[in-house]
Amino acid sequence: MRAAHALRAPAAQLELTGWRASLVFGALALAFVALAGRSLYLQGVEDEFLQGQGKARYARELEVPAHRGRIVDRHGDALAISTPVRSLWAFAEKLEATPQQWSELAKLLDTTPQALRRKLAAADDFVYLAKRIPPELAQRALALGIKGLYEENEFRRYYPAGEVMGHVVGFTGDRDAGQEGIELAQQTWLGGRAGSRRVIINRRGDVVEDVASVREPQAGRDLALAIDSRLQYLAFREIRAAVLEQKAKAGGLVILDTRTGEILALANWPAFNPNKLDRDARERMRNRALTDAFEPGSTLKPFTAAAALDSGIVTPNTVIDTQKGAMTIGGATIHDAHAAGSLTVEQVIQKSSNVGAAKIALQLPAQRMWQTLSDAGFGAPVGTGYPGEVSGRLRPAKSWRPIEQATISYGHGISTNLVQLARAYLVFASDGEVKPATLLKTGAPATGRQVIKPETARAVRRMLEMATQPGGTAPKAQIVGYRVAGKTGTAHKLEGKGYTNKYLSSFVGFAPASQPRLIVAVMIDEPSAGEHYGGAVAAPVFSTVMGGALRLLGVPADAPANNVILPAEDAMIREDT
Amino acid sequence: MLRVNLVLLAVLVACALALVTTRHQARQLTTELTRETARTRAYEIEFGQLSLEQSTWSMPARIDKIARDALRLQNAGPGRLEIVDVPAATK
Repeated sequence: MRAAHALRAPAAQLELTGWRASLVFGALALAFVALAGRSLYLQGVEDEFLQGQGKARYARELEVPAHRGRIVDRHGDALAISTPVRSLWAFAEKLEATPQQWSELAKLLDTTPQALRRKLAAADDFVYLAKRIPPELAQRALALGIKGLYEENEFRRYYPAGEVMGHVVGFTGDRDAGQEGIELAQQTWLGGRAGSRRVIINRRGDVVEDVASVREPQAGRDLALAIDSRLQYLAFREIRAAVLEQKAKAGGLVILDTRTGEILALANWPAFNPNKLDRDARERMRNRALTDAFEPGSTLKPFTAAAALDSGIVTPNTVIDTQKGAMTIGGATIHDAHAAGSLTVEQVIQKSSNVGAAKIALQLPAQRMWQTLSDAGFGAPVGTGYPGEVSGRLRPAKSWRPIEQATISYGHGISTNLVQLARAYLVFASDGEVKPATLLKTGAPATGRQVIKPETARAVRRMLEMATQPGGTAPKAQIVGYRVAGKTGTAHKLEGKGYTNKYLSSFVGFAPASQPRLIVAVMIDEPSAGEHYGGAVAAPVFSTVMGGALRLLGVPADAPANNVILPAEDAMIREDT
Repeated sequence: MLRVNLVLLAVLVACALALVTTRHQARQLTTELTRETARTRAYEIEFGQLSLEQSTWSMPARIDKIARDALRLQNAGPGRLEIVDVPAATK
């Protein structure tokens, strides 16, 4: 350059070169500044947007779905399962379909093109054309190629047992979250939480690299209930039949395993189907066996006898004068349905004498009687964790007046739910031990707490067995091939301030009496088809359910096949509470 | 010196190629893993649907109905029951 410059360097042209050079320099400088500015703009101001756009080409955040755990019965049979379903939706204005596509879509969705059009017209904007349909069906609908039709993934919970298991299992509501029953009580165990992870995908959409896990998915866990489907169905079938036959308001039935305290069946009628929740299902949803407390009536008498035997005040053969079936305490009179003269303690239970029970109770210190009832679980929650479970009422002994102590002895002025009552009978079925009752499968024998002496439990068991034999209140509770023991109850219902002539009939018993395996408690609310005595209304249900259950479980018989002896119909003993 | 450098260069190239290959393999494996995970999920769903179906078909209510209506089975009444003593040895 310098050489060329020197060769032809006329002085006259030097000036001109000077400004040309600065022009070029200036232009270049300007261009450089522009470049720097652009680069600053891209790197500084637009940086985030561009980075985002770049990442969007290859990075994705993937949802990792987590499904809700299954609920199964003790043998693993499914009682509640979530399975994916699809919903078809569209924006009403943006949906474009040819008439032929319309009619095909309508055919797939099992409706008419007119109905679909009406649905669209009714909605302003977003509309579901079909909710919760099988994935294959949604696939076929989308394959029609209708513009503006979209699908949405959802989970739907199915309950194969329907109304048989409705009260126990409950159901889920929005977003697959538990709303009633076990579904609600065990929400944290069952519920899954979807996770997400950041990945890099290639041109074809395959994941090629896991960058980071944003949120760990947490799968729902399966839950095994103590319920035995076969026993549950048997219980449900029989309680429904009994409530309908007796024209009763409601009924409940509980089967308890004496060795583990597990609730093998828990049925109510009226019932509801969790797969089909309609408007009037609300009223039938109440799980009465756990959420309703009632006055148990005579089914409480064995506890009075147990308290007296245990404290050594009486023996099974102590004679009690029942004063021809009437006794006055502080202005109130207690009656027996069947007047008798003198009865032994055994016979008081067998024939269900109110006067007898009251007289035994009045020999006891109130605190001693309260202790026995409290130890048996009355007045405290059963602890199944079931939503809305009531604990019943057992007032402190200090507040008992003599008449109250007398009425509590035969089950009035105290309240309990059906599961609680069934569980209390564990004391007699298991040599004086009380165990926690559970709706969840434990499988292992539960360790109990000794609350009365084993001799006392055996003595009361003998009395309860007598109650089911001729001369007792419940011969209809007998079962072919098995010895049974149990107690009837026929309680006047408390409404407002006084007792009415409406009844609550019950029976709680266990079998085989020689080595109790199951406890069955039956409750029928307001039977009004003629009979209302526990021995006539509830005992036959007990007999059918207990007999069926023992045979289903293969429990060895402990009596010959001709063991059932029914007295003549008019010789049947009836009791009044 | 030059020879050492040449060897190092060759090692460097080999390492670079190995890195590329490994990375490629890793990506292929990730793709495969994702696909298999999706398949597991699909099987889980299918299992759920099948056990739902099994449960529905084997509901005691349905068996009871078929036994009574189609097969005309009935409960054995008191007169038709025989209690058999099982000797302890065969229990």
